[in-house]
Amino acid sequence: MKAAAKAGKEKKNGYGYDLIAYTVYAFLYLPILIVIIYSFNKSEINVNFTGFTLDWYKELFSKDRDLWQALKTSLLLASYSTIISCVIGTFATIAMHRYRFPGKQIIENLLYIPIVIPEIVIGIAFLATMSMFGINMSMTTLVISHVTFCVPFVIFTLRPRISGFDASIEEAAMDLGANQWHTLKRVTIPMLVPGIIASALMSFTLSIDDVTISFFAAGPENTTLPIKIYGMVRGKISPDVYGQCVIIMLGTIALVAAAMLILSANARRTKRIQSN
Amino acid sequence: MKKEKKKKVKNQNHTLPLLAMISPTVIWLFLFLVISLVYIIVISFMTKGPFGTIKWMPSLQSYIDFLNPVYLKVFRKSVEIAALTTVFCLLVSYPFAMALSKTTGKKKMLFMILLVLPFWINGLIRLNGWVNILRETGILNSLLMKIGLQPINFMYTDGAIVFGMVYAFLPFMVLPINNSLSKMDPALLEAASDLGAKKFRTFCRVTLPLSIPGIFSGTIQTFIPSLGAFYIADIMGGGNTMLLGNLIKNQFTSARNWPSGAAFSVVLIVFTLIVMKLYNKVGNPEDLV
Repeated sequence: MKAAAKAGKEKKNGYGYDLIAYTVYAFLYLPILIVIIYSFNKSEINVNFTGFTLDWYKELFSKDRDLWQALKTSLLLASYSTIISCVIGTFATIAMHRYRFPGKQIIENLLYIPIVIPEIVIGIAFLATMSMFGINMSMTTLVISHVTFCVPFVIFTLRPRISGFDASIEEAAMDLGANQWHTLKRVTIPMLVPGIIASALMSFTLSIDDVTISFFAAGPENTTLPIKIYGMVRGKISPDVYGQCVIIMLGTIALVAAAMLILSANARRTKRIQSN
Repeated sequence: MKKEKKKKVKNQNHTLPLLAMISPTVIWLFLFLVISLVYIIVISFMTKGPFGTIKWMPSLQSYIDFLNPVYLKVFRKSVEIAALTTVFCLLVSYPFAMALSKTTGKKKMLFMILLVLPFWINGLIRLNGWVNILRETGILNSLLMKIGLQPINFMYTDGAIVFGMVYAFLPFMVLPINNSLSKMDPALLEAASDLGAKKFRTFCRVTLPLSIPGIFSGTIQTFIPSLGAFYIADIMGGGNTMLLGNLIKNQFTSARNWPSGAAFSVVLIVFTLIVMKLYNKVGNPEDLV
């Protein structure tokens, strides 16, 4: 009887927590909902919903809107930065995990700089230095600046995973005669793949949504989508920008859903193989 | 066993692989981060030349400029807004993180995805969504008018900036708190309740102390970015409120006074380092990421 009462009470508390969770999610998603609704709104002034229309989507696709160019720049930038930061970050993580060497603590402190110093300072400093060397801002400078803030996140995401490894697997490989490079290629890196995927997602997310650093590191030729939107958002936003956002959102959700399907299919297959 | 491995690694020549693996990152960070930060510090001690140039004559003028009451006020306001943002983020995040840490399995996965998903939609557009809700002729005010109330001016105030920052930085508070709550052994809570502790007492004596690392880490991750986020002040404050981030940006863009922009950046760096120093006394830097 008492146990049942306790269970009931816990259930009730569970609903309380759900209520909190749903309230916060409402706070997070309310403006997104508004963006979706307004992308279909007939009135351009946007206050009241005056009727359903697809005109903004037509406009988005008909005109040669530089919005798509900006999206392309952002996607390219995020891809380049993610690839470079994951490659150099993975090797650095392995080296810092495996070896003890002088200056390790200095590198450690170096990695915390982009995380603790406000982005605006890093962006400004980058801009000032590039102009000192007379280098014009381009896609290259954008990628360089983004890798600089992504690498530490890659390393810090990978580190807990690599320290959770069973060292004996690497040892076994070496005992069986694999040299360091082979061990790295055939054992260490394959074991790190889930961590590398997680850190790639992290870098991509950081890079694609970055306003502050891109603001200083982008040349006039390579405006990223956030910078493009920053230019508009202080004035009036035309609803086709909302339309593009909705399309990006749908694309993202499709990707996440596909990734989850693949993951769960993989998990099922592994289970089947194990049970066989 | 561990010793044996260390020996094995030592027996092989490891200088070359070490250098090959670590130097790309080190060289990258050195070239593009350290040099540029040093450069900023150097130009902060130089003189402003005509037309946005830098005259290579050492001076403390930029730092003396910062003591101008107008700039000191900007600094104070930035710290105030960042502090308020952090407090509100904490108040919203803590119960939410508790709710997250209570869920399990598929529901937890869904909750986590829902938390990260908004990040993939441009942050400025999401803020603009709030502008549409809160502005004078926005959705909220038209609802208020429909039920016969006076419209309220929400936008372009300091409150609106804090609101925008809480919205933008909330996940950075939620994730670390959720991390430390999820690491907590549920047996501790059972033990407390078996020993007769009431819910509130268990919370104060067990849950809260164990989640302190998460709270500290979340505090750093919301407080420091709020100091520099010029675009949120632009959008939600409508240019009425100038924060340190806007000030630095203006010095480099419209005012073209690089030495003073650099000096204000150095002030921000020093302030951040002081905050981090305090944090290192109470928390562990490894909890930050």
